[in-house]
Amino acid sequence: MTRTPSTSTVAIHDEYDIVHVRHAAREAATTAGFSLVQQTKLVTAASELARNALVHGGGGQADITIDNLRANATVRMTFTDKGPGIPDIEAAMADGFTTGSGLGLGLGGARRLADQFRLESTPGRGTVVEISMSVRRSAGP
Amino acid sequence: MAGVPIVNLNGVLLVTIQEELLDQSVAEFESDLTEKVVEARARGVLIDVSVLDVIDSFLARTLHDIAAITSLMAARTVVVGMRPAVAITLVELGLTLPGLLTALSVEEGLSLLAPPAGHARTALR
Amino acid sequence: MTTTSDRRITTVVSDFLDVQKDAIVAQWADSSFFRSVAQDSDQAAGDSAEVLHGMRKAVAAGEADNPGAEGFDDLRSLLTALASQLDGNESVSPRTAVEVSELKQPLLRLWQDEADAELLTAGALVLSTAVDTLRLVLVDAALAAAKDTLAIQREQLTELSTPVIKLWDGVLAIPLIGTLDSMRSQVATESLLQSIMTDQAKVAILDITGVPTVDTMVAQHLLKTAMAARLMGAECVISGIRPQIANTMVQLGIDLGEVATRARLADALAYALNRLGLEVGAAAGPGVV
Repeated sequence: MTRTPSTSTVAIHDEYDIVHVRHAAREAATTAGFSLVQQTKLVTAASELARNALVHGGGGQADITIDNLRANATVRMTFTDKGPGIPDIEAAMADGFTTGSGLGLGLGGARRLADQFRLESTPGRGTVVEISMSVRRSAGP
Repeated sequence: MAGVPIVNLNGVLLVTIQEELLDQSVAEFESDLTEKVVEARARGVLIDVSVLDVIDSFLARTLHDIAAITSLMAARTVVVGMRPAVAITLVELGLTLPGLLTALSVEEGLSLLAPPAGHARTALR
Repeated sequence: MTTTSDRRITTVVSDFLDVQKDAIVAQWADSSFFRSVAQDSDQAAGDSAEVLHGMRKAVAAGEADNPGAEGFDDLRSLLTALASQLDGNESVSPRTAVEVSELKQPLLRLWQDEADAELLTAGALVLSTAVDTLRLVLVDAALAAAKDTLAIQREQLTELSTPVIKLWDGVLAIPLIGTLDSMRSQVATESLLQSIMTDQAKVAILDITGVPTVDTMVAQHLLKTAMAARLMGAECVISGIRPQIANTMVQLGIDLGEVATRARLADALAYALNRLGLEVGAAAGPGVV
């Protein structure tokens, strides 16, 4: 049994891959010992971000790392795409679910579900979104 | 139509989502369902999500849209059997789907959609 | 901050740790420390190698005395796992102090054979310091792990203290008692929703009689619970709203939206039964239980 963090990567090129990302997230969450609710949150957040990378980023990949600290396992997921980037991040985060545009960016949603959320985007070069969730129930709203 | 089976129960269309759906399948499902509502002159649609362990914003919005579309066609949509973890997650996402009718089970859903001649029952909004 | 000679020592020592890697790992894997925490000799060797790598990194950066050095930080997860493997009942500190110090011997002996007389003492000091720092990091990791265990136990206790009660066929009640911190609220919510599903309960009463204050956070939790229950097809009623609480809520501008509220649990029960299409009436003759 390895104790150092292990990373797996899922390519995101079509909608089948969104399902693959969900499964990978589910597996990571289970390995990390998350409760059912936390697993569901992680898988859902992963789904949002995978779709975002596909639809808005033109495709990319998801890297999943499980940091298996004894009582505090953490799953980190990084979504990278080389798409057009996000010109107005504030708006994108707030605008997650407007029905008007058909597909909200899902970023705001992922942020709500994850313990930690980080986003870097360069218009014209791409976007990197990193979320993480730890096994102990987080103190949060 | 591959994917989601639709059964007509005396004017109520029962749909059981049995597995994870691809985005494309979700879109097809929506259009197939709405067509069938017209064809069958259905008064209601029951969407059974009890098997799903994840409902993300895409599917949630589709459910919402289906409810809105069917109500324009004088039919009501009820989503039944949502699992606790899924419900909690949707609420955390901020997707409380206020206009959507819901029920604990297919049975409950059917009694919500009972023909007008039956006893009056206030639907839980 | 390091002088040229310091840097020279740092380089020489870290090179030594690299060149003698196999010999060091072989001896460390055999030490009582690594043997007691590993499942087999392969794992002991693997763990030793990892620890040596981290230590070397810290030494190379001139930070043999810094527990926060990147090299030591890299070892955090491994050391936490190792600390957890040590017998839970024993206090980590005294025993590991001895065992970890044992790791110095092989290092110093090998160093003695290798080193220039000029650098002998200075290098030995660096090696000794590095092992001492390692021990500090290990003890720190063990303490953190112990805190985590306590947190988990606290959580389990919380689960036991938020019982869901079946008041009637299709009616559940959960008496929320005490201050509702975030974790307790989440546990209570999950418990309740799970019961709604298993019991197929159409109405769930959240009784807050035992909750001293209702601020915006608490109200948020209650609302989220109600909304989640609604998505499942059930309805929540909040009961136990005392006048002071109602006052506070109005002052804070808390709006519970469409969620039904009642002052007393009894009223909430009547509401629930009504929603189920039931009525409570007087019995025809003397009541027989």
